[in-house]
Amino acid sequence: MEKNPWRDQFPQLTGKDDAFLDSAASSLKPLSVIAAVDHYYHDLSVNIHRGMYASSYEATRLYEEARAKVAAFIHAEEEEIVFLRGATAALNLVASSYGAAMLGPGDEIVVSELEHHSSFLPWQAVAAKTGARLVFVPLDPDYRITVENVRKVITTKTKVVALTYVSNVMGYVTPMRDVIALAHAVGAVVVADAAQAVQHLPIDVKSLDVDFLAFSGHKMLGPTGIGVLYGKAALLAAMEPVEFGGEMIDEVNKDRSSWKDAPFKFEAGTMPIASAIGLGAAVDLLDSIGLSAIEDHVVRIRRYAYTQLKKVEGIVIYNPTADTGVIAFNIEGVHPHDAATFFAEQHVSLRAGHHCAQLLIKALGIEACLRASFYLYNTYADCDRLVAVAKEAVRFFKGVGF
Amino acid sequence: MADLDNLYRQIIMEHYKNPRNKGLSDDPGYVTAHIKNPSCGDDITVQSLLADGVVKDCRHDGHGCSICCASASVLTETVIGKTMDAARALAGNYLNMVSNKDHDPAVDLEEAAVFAGVRQFPARVKCASIAWQAFVRTIPEQK
Ligand SMILES: Cc1ncc(COP(=O)(O)O)c(C=O)c1O
Repeated sequence: MEKNPWRDQFPQLTGKDDAFLDSAASSLKPLSVIAAVDHYYHDLSVNIHRGMYASSYEATRLYEEARAKVAAFIHAEEEEIVFLRGATAALNLVASSYGAAMLGPGDEIVVSELEHHSSFLPWQAVAAKTGARLVFVPLDPDYRITVENVRKVITTKTKVVALTYVSNVMGYVTPMRDVIALAHAVGAVVVADAAQAVQHLPIDVKSLDVDFLAFSGHKMLGPTGIGVLYGKAALLAAMEPVEFGGEMIDEVNKDRSSWKDAPFKFEAGTMPIASAIGLGAAVDLLDSIGLSAIEDHVVRIRRYAYTQLKKVEGIVIYNPTADTGVIAFNIEGVHPHDAATFFAEQHVSLRAGHHCAQLLIKALGIEACLRASFYLYNTYADCDRLVAVAKEAVRFFKGVGF
Repeated sequence: MADLDNLYRQIIMEHYKNPRNKGLSDDPGYVTAHIKNPSCGDDITVQSLLADGVVKDCRHDGHGCSICCASASVLTETVIGKTMDAARALAGNYLNMVSNKDHDPAVDLEEAAVFAGVRQFPARVKCASIAWQAFVRTIPEQK
């Protein structure tokens, strides 16, 4: 049996006989991240940017060092990295600040049915408020976003292109570089939802020339409660904050006030300091292992699982050609919630439901589906377990009369 | 596996495949309630026809997992013909039973007792509950 070189770093796996196949929902957290969070709470535990004493100075240093690590990770400048609660908060900030200010009747926002609700609903709300129109990229027969189809919907009316970089259900990678070129040709900005991309693909925001990019710490080995909005410096400079309060101000007066520069004007109030520091440790680990080594492993594991699973009679797979580590599937004739209970009983942790992507689930013409997602700590043994339990599940549900 | 066999009991599967009292009525005399579980897509509508303090008829429609659909079917068979008071008490006891809360063992849950297996599966309690919660909304509160 292969020895996974990274598993030992994930204490959630020790002493358990479970196949954890739900990393697309949240990845496990390595010891180094836990230690970084623990160091802040145990040894510092004070606020940043405020106190004039050593522990506050050190907490501030670690928080800003985390920002620098994240910036380097995606080849951005530090002032282009806004810490927020997660991808959801980041995408909402772009829509409600940039979108609300820049859009009006007659303008178009390009979205797709592949979007996570967090990348669609903020734009639906802004469209309703501003009179701008949502335009959907037609998906290809595999439910992918293709350059050809994006070209069909981008016009001089397009002001924003808001698309997922990697689909959380299908594992497809959007041809982002070409999409960005098409959008820029008509003067539109591109908002990439990278919540499922940063943990799999090396991203260079400068060479990609993406305008906004959003992601969450907890899907890339980091803590919950912290996420990132990357925005080009000029775009962030022109944007108004949507939250006002402590720490984000330059000067406060009775009649009017002014804000700090980005990113600080978007970080009102006390931030999740420990989580940001933990995210810095997560980036360190991803850097030291290397995303290409991780992705080689994930793609290999996923291909192995897929090849076995598709041979199981009674299993339908919706994304045979996925680019990253996701298998979306169902047991024929069995509601995914019934199926998920069976998998859980046999210690296979999967997600069942619409995966916050109801537009896609409706496009697929199903009620819901099961999703197995793989990451660096998964093994061939996990895949074997998935396939064996899938076989048993088909037999069991047939046996009880489904 | 014993827990699973206990969850997918024959009676439950039988109701799942051959649901009773399924399909809604156009009769405006029916009181309708709709409950949806947005996290899993279970979506159930229950209708009750009430007269003289009695549940004269009960119907359901919707979609969801086997536990959700079967519990809606069993619900209708269990409550039809009962007084509203008896049906309300039974529903309250059933809902407490599946969620492992205190319930009155003196109340006979009849066929609905087969859903006891759900207690071993906290993630599925909601599936077994929503049709009954919808039913409770169709009958007036006890005076
Ligand atoms: C593609 C995609 N976008 C956005 C999100 C939202 O991330 P979060 O819930 O961390 O804000 C997720 C997480 O489920 C996702 O998979």
